[in-house]
Amino acid sequence: MQLVLEKRAERSRTVALISPLIAIGLTIVTMTILFAVMGKNPILALYVYFIAPLADGYSLQEIAVKATPLVMIAIGLSLCYLANAWNIGAEGQFLMGAVAGSWIAVKTQGTEAGHWVLPAMLLLGAIAGALYALIPAICKVRFGASEILTSLMLVYVADLLLDYLVRGPWRDPQGFNFPTTAEFDPVATVPTLIEGGRLHLGSILALIVVAAGAVLLGRTIKGFEIRVVGAAPRAARFGGFNANQLILLTFAISGALSGLAGIIEVAGPVGHLQPGISPGYGFTAIIVAFLGRLNPVGILIAGLFLALTFIGGEQAQIAMKIPLDVTKVFQGVLLFYVLACDSLILYRFRIIFSAPQVARGTH
Amino acid sequence: MRDTTSAGQHTSATPLLQTVALTKRYGTFLANDKIDLDIWPRQIHALLGENGAGKSTLVKTIYGLVQPSEGELRWEGRNMVLSGPSQARARGIGMVFQHFSLFDNLTVAENVALGLDGKESFKEISARLERVSHSYGLPLDPKREVWQLSVGERQRIEIVRALMQDPKFLILDEPTAVLTPQEADQLFVVLERLKSEGRAILYISHKLEEVKKLCDTATILRNGKKVATCNPKAETAASLARMMVGTEIKEVKPATTRQITVPRLAIIDLNLEPDDPHGVHLKGISLELRGGEILGIAGVAGNGQDELFAALSGERLAKDPGTVVIEGIAAGHLSISRRRKLGAAFVPEERLGHGTAPRMRLSENALLTGHVAGNMVLHGFVNTAATLNAVDRTTETFDVRKAKRDPEAASLSGGNLQKFIVGREILRNPAVLVVNQPTWGVDAGAAAVIRQALLDLAAGGAAVLVTSQDIDELIEISDRIAVMFHGRLSEPLPTAEASREKLGLLMGGSSLEATEQAHAAGT
Repeated sequence: MQLVLEKRAERSRTVALISPLIAIGLTIVTMTILFAVMGKNPILALYVYFIAPLADGYSLQEIAVKATPLVMIAIGLSLCYLANAWNIGAEGQFLMGAVAGSWIAVKTQGTEAGHWVLPAMLLLGAIAGALYALIPAICKVRFGASEILTSLMLVYVADLLLDYLVRGPWRDPQGFNFPTTAEFDPVATVPTLIEGGRLHLGSILALIVVAAGAVLLGRTIKGFEIRVVGAAPRAARFGGFNANQLILLTFAISGALSGLAGIIEVAGPVGHLQPGISPGYGFTAIIVAFLGRLNPVGILIAGLFLALTFIGGEQAQIAMKIPLDVTKVFQGVLLFYVLACDSLILYRFRIIFSAPQVARGTH
Repeated sequence: MRDTTSAGQHTSATPLLQTVALTKRYGTFLANDKIDLDIWPRQIHALLGENGAGKSTLVKTIYGLVQPSEGELRWEGRNMVLSGPSQARARGIGMVFQHFSLFDNLTVAENVALGLDGKESFKEISARLERVSHSYGLPLDPKREVWQLSVGERQRIEIVRALMQDPKFLILDEPTAVLTPQEADQLFVVLERLKSEGRAILYISHKLEEVKKLCDTATILRNGKKVATCNPKAETAASLARMMVGTEIKEVKPATTRQITVPRLAIIDLNLEPDDPHGVHLKGISLELRGGEILGIAGVAGNGQDELFAALSGERLAKDPGTVVIEGIAAGHLSISRRRKLGAAFVPEERLGHGTAPRMRLSENALLTGHVAGNMVLHGFVNTAATLNAVDRTTETFDVRKAKRDPEAASLSGGNLQKFIVGREILRNPAVLVVNQPTWGVDAGAAAVIRQALLDLAAGGAAVLVTSQDIDELIEISDRIAVMFHGRLSEPLPTAEASREKLGLLMGGSSLEATEQAHAAGT
């Protein structure tokens, strides 16, 4: 008996849809084993991770709040990845957006500034994210530097800049020496959707970004250019599409969305600028983008699912003393399975029961 | 099934190699269906068939690269199971592939040494290489690096490498596809000599005249099945073609009323250095092409045809705008989209990955070159109905066969995809069409459709520039033929004056004057 991997004539659309589900299934099996090895009750752990957060209203809102930055960033990343441009530095662009937007909030603090403050912050956050993303993009286009390395390394630059600002010039004088700015004014805060709740306007923006992404990719010539340049670069050049221009464009869009997500996070759920505003949203969004098949609607679903693992992870830490790092293991294992299952879209397994045998045909 | 070879001429009682009901299945697709083949020593055996008939699968099985699903290989009468090519080589089976596996930056001797299984020292290999290559009249300098060699010389390396293992049975996969007619004749002398030494040769080709001249036996495959084994010398090219294709091929009809009109494409002293260090430097290329005219460019692959195509399409830009003139407008500096807007259309050699995005639908591939003009894009939005309509029109006009209305490009057969690509460009009504290898690897039926389409397009007033390695194709459809050699283009000859011999000499690098002299001396 032999197991062979065989190329399909055409990519299977059914498998493209169910491959993430297979990956999630395999991840859950792996995690069950891991929980058992850790001496925790696997059934209970899985319940705390995946079911409990869906059962109460507070957690549901919290899932939407966590999913908001993930989805926004992942939509931008999906454009990059479709165009074969590997932006790994969304985390840095997220932080730069947060820093730039916060600058307005800090400078207008305690003044009579009107309702222009929040829109200006969002705009500046997006612009800063885009400009920050353009650094690796320009290095790639102009000098051929690997965007994977440069974009990743710029994450640490952004992280340290934020650290410096909140420990130095922007530190809240009344903050007992904690590294944080003062709480933003109401005009510099993203409004919540439910009185007293956590769900905020950013979630609506994320939905708009999903819709815009779907239209861009599915209906416009630009979206087509992005897809061709990634899928068949030589054919794209033959079609008259400029790959370098598309790298700059997708990096700029991706950076802008990451920056926007960053300032929304700071001006919304967090309320002030401080280190650790992101539990790795920019990196987790890479998983979201692939789990969502680089498809906007898929990314929305994947973003909600990954948000669930964050919330579930927190609850598991509280209820069962499972370390928070297990959530990261979970996310890593999930990405691994997603990428592995993708080979089933172009290939299929076949089991051959008989060895090559001698057949004597009649002549 | 007919069998016209008599067993009487064979000196030995058992064939050297036999395949018995050899079958290879890929999924539900039968690449080889119960093929029986007998190879005798001292014979040149032709394996004929269209692209996709199963020739490559069969020889890869014999060479141990592919495991048969069913059936048996017998070597000198005994069952043989090969787990890889090294086992095949150990028994005395050698193979020369159509696509060379050579390292450009290594020397001839280093390349040969890499391909040998034995324990000889490098010095011994070099010495033996020189001996073998000289004794067979295949001169090679062991110390030269491969990138400096012509395609013919590279093939020599592959052949010498195979001969150094002293094979009893040598397989050659379309060896003359890359050779000039004169180089091919030299190769035939070598093959005759190998045969006289008692070796068996399996010769894969689809050039029927060649097979008639050279081979003692021919086995013809069609759709994975053996159709016939016959003596090719007793058949006509037409009867062999009929067996290969299964039906009569439609004759291509030249238009009777073609009118040569205004100049539509001009190349004026085009010089272009290659991007890639092993590319070809285009030197002083000039050409004028008028409406209603088809101009053919012959030449052995790798003499600058790809570089010329890129310079004409705008995938490579020229420094001087005046070197490429489309419809009277200097276009050397314009992008491919701008050139399309001037009325030019292009069909590259590579169907998958250059002419189309393989994993995208046909409608998206229609958009790939159709987005510059027409109604496919409105205010940045794609008009899906218009792209589907383009697919439907191409399908109908050029008989593109496909499983559904809008499949992925990669799922079409080579011939049908080529019909789609050529049709896609022709339906845009171009004033200038530049096409590279229009029927490369395409079945005979599709090739006829494509050649007819090119003739009809010229009859409609367009200028058509066809680059091809198939001299017969160029003679069939072109009004004039020029030859490309080492990045230079010869003066075009009217087709009536362009004999195969003359073109062959030009393809080998002789000047036109020298060719004329040789011709005069010969008559």
